[in-house]
Amino acid sequence: MAVETEQGKKPAPRRNWLQIAFVRLGVLPFLLLIAVVVFTAMSDNFLTGRNIMNVLRQSTYLTMVAMGQMLALLTGGFDLSVGTIIALTSVVGATAMASMYAAYPDAAALCIVVGILAGLAAGSAVGAVNGIGVALFNVSPFMMTLGMASVGFGIALYMTGGVPVYGMPDAFGDIFGFGQFFGIPTPIYATLILILGMFVLLNWTRLGRYFYAVGGNIKASALSGINTRLSLFMAYLLCGAMAAVSGLLLTARLETGEANIGASMPLEAIAACVIGGVSLRGGIGRVGNVVLGAIFIGLIQNGMNLARIESYLQTVVIGVLLILAVIADQLRQRYIARLQD
Amino acid sequence: MAEGTTERGGSAASAPPLLRLDGITKRFPGVLALDAVDFDLRAGEVHVLFGENGAGKSTMITTIAGAHRPDGGHIYFRGEPTELHSVHHARSLGISAVFQEFSLVPSLTVEQNLFLGEEITRGGFLDKRALHRRAEEILAELGFPLKATQRVAHLSRAEQQMVEIAKAFRSDLSVLILDEPTSSLTERETDRLFALIEQAKQNGVGIIYITHRMSEIRRIADRITVLRDGRYVATVDAESVTENRLLELMTGRQIDQVFPAIKFAPGETMLDVQNLTTGDGTVSDVSITVRAGEIVGLAGLVGSGKSEVARACFGVTPVESGRVVYDGDDCTGLSARRMLDRGFFYVPPDRRDEGLVMIRSVRENMTLPSLHLPHLSGRLFLRRRAEADLAKQLAKRLNLQPPSTERAVDHFSGGNQQKVLLAKSLAREVSFFVFDEPTVGVDVGTRVAIYEFIRDLCEAGAGVLLISSDLPEILHLTNRVYVMYRGEMRAELTGPEITEANVLGHFFEREAA
Repeated sequence: MAVETEQGKKPAPRRNWLQIAFVRLGVLPFLLLIAVVVFTAMSDNFLTGRNIMNVLRQSTYLTMVAMGQMLALLTGGFDLSVGTIIALTSVVGATAMASMYAAYPDAAALCIVVGILAGLAAGSAVGAVNGIGVALFNVSPFMMTLGMASVGFGIALYMTGGVPVYGMPDAFGDIFGFGQFFGIPTPIYATLILILGMFVLLNWTRLGRYFYAVGGNIKASALSGINTRLSLFMAYLLCGAMAAVSGLLLTARLETGEANIGASMPLEAIAACVIGGVSLRGGIGRVGNVVLGAIFIGLIQNGMNLARIESYLQTVVIGVLLILAVIADQLRQRYIARLQD
Repeated sequence: MAEGTTERGGSAASAPPLLRLDGITKRFPGVLALDAVDFDLRAGEVHVLFGENGAGKSTMITTIAGAHRPDGGHIYFRGEPTELHSVHHARSLGISAVFQEFSLVPSLTVEQNLFLGEEITRGGFLDKRALHRRAEEILAELGFPLKATQRVAHLSRAEQQMVEIAKAFRSDLSVLILDEPTSSLTERETDRLFALIEQAKQNGVGIIYITHRMSEIRRIADRITVLRDGRYVATVDAESVTENRLLELMTGRQIDQVFPAIKFAPGETMLDVQNLTTGDGTVSDVSITVRAGEIVGLAGLVGSGKSEVARACFGVTPVESGRVVYDGDDCTGLSARRMLDRGFFYVPPDRRDEGLVMIRSVRENMTLPSLHLPHLSGRLFLRRRAEADLAKQLAKRLNLQPPSTERAVDHFSGGNQQKVLLAKSLAREVSFFVFDEPTVGVDVGTRVAIYEFIRDLCEAGAGVLLISSDLPEILHLTNRVYVMYRGEMRAELTGPEITEANVLGHFFEREAA
């Protein structure tokens, strides 16, 4: 509307400030507040420096995956295969590392590098296949990534026979899983670098801008001369790569290659994004909020552990939270629509 | 109608008006959309709502249709104070609206859509046969050439519009609201619609009609109510009011002339399309040329293939045979990016559908086609400062209201969205412009601005191809016109040959035969 200056400001209903805060900030601040209050009340150990650091470290794995997932969501799709990518990365990376270490026990550093590269390549390959399917063959992201989830998981299980892969150099786990510099765990450094990278990508590069544009209106993007296929492809490729990094760090933490990790990742990563205000219709989302969304989910899990809530029930809570976040998002859309009507 | 010019209200005739709004106020957070607006509708009249985009017309009709509850004021229906709870409630009173945005389910058939929510049942089950019969009756009565069993997804936009109109006519009507119903109809379909409106008037239906087109006001309006900035300005008699007076009421200032005078200086040939045939069969064997410093019109009915000619040049519609020569080079089948980089810019007709990324900011939209150019982007990173400056500069140049470039495009009025769309072509060097229906759904104030914009481009030596279904636009702005009919080139008219009769004649030429 043309008129911004409102004449009738005085009788503006009081309920508005809460609504406006909700529209501006999304659900996340409210949820965080509630969670902190509830868990602080339930457990004395929750609000301690040590525990907070613990939450942050545990959240790093999800944070990386959620940021990758965010790229797919921005372009108007999603990636259900992130869990599989983690499993496949773990298995491939660990196998490469272990078998090379068995052959050259003196070259631990080289083995680690090779293992990491192999894992990254495996994870990115799944992302690339997703990208080709979605961008080139117009397969719906739902079917494409669901299919690849099955393919990747099958390969991971086939490679290992379902048995964990042992025999990686100890240094791998010591540095990337349990290492600390200045009292801060290594995975947090890795995550910070990735967060920075994502921030720059989305705010300061053409590709980042194109993700938003393609997700917001793919036809307008095409008419603006954007290579929409390349943008879509890159979103899924980068999503796969981010999940692969997460998978490698998890492998270091577990000190084994596992085909059975990451099953809950697709749900949790999408939940973190949606709670962080990423639109499921594409085109809208901020890195910072997604990171907060991932930390929020880590916080919930940690709090429930401290409060001794059974792990089976925890998955129920995560599912419910996701649905609530989507409902809140719908409500928010409605308020936004009203604001601009 | 009978009385002379009535500024406001007018003495009520013997019976109370069909519908009366008394001091209706509607507030949205941050915006006062309607400020104590009065309005009355008599049985058997066509009452046109007139105003710029953002004047409050849409809010007013959605309120009457029951979609919004007013924050203040009263609605009287047949003299009784009435509160409209919902669209359904309004409809049960006989108040039906046809909005610009369709309420059709694409995957359902015409008949299923017609009776959506009011299906005929027998013993709890759908009475499909009765449904089909009623649907065919309604379509026949309205004279719409539609099959009741066709899926809506397969219909053209004009046909979907007909379904939407038929939906309003399915039950007993007392108030019919039409929001720019002709924007996607052909001349013939428009005639048909006006005949229907006439018939509805005879039956005592009151019609609220929103349009920006003067010719339609001349044809069917009985009274006109003008809104501006959410406020009631005046109600005038259609017969006695002049066009300039209406524009004045609408804009609150004087507008001398809608169409600017243009100095043409045709130079070298820029675009030379030779025997173009598109892969989807919408264009066959079409040749056109456009020179620098001229505005060439491409006229024709909806679906005549005129858009596709330009889209094929722009690499969006596949070319089957023929050549597109641009600036002396064979550019047949080049991608949109390549054509853009050669200075060829296509402004699409439907800004919501394919023109703008509505949820993103004005700045991001303006620079989207130019982001890879050195003034906006280094080797790796965007030059965000330069981008912001450019956006602000363009907003100022096009007089964007409000001038906030960080706002989502969605939050602007239609006219200002159109300005953003035009600004996209200014963010980079462009020497050839294609405007495809540049003023659809745009108020007169913005229209004048757009025409001046096009004039400036042409006088600065750019080549302009103007694709339009709006005849006056073609007549007043171009120095050469091609008329297309069903994918084929019908005629080329130059200078004084460009008259209404000449152009229109070719619109329909072979249809009668």
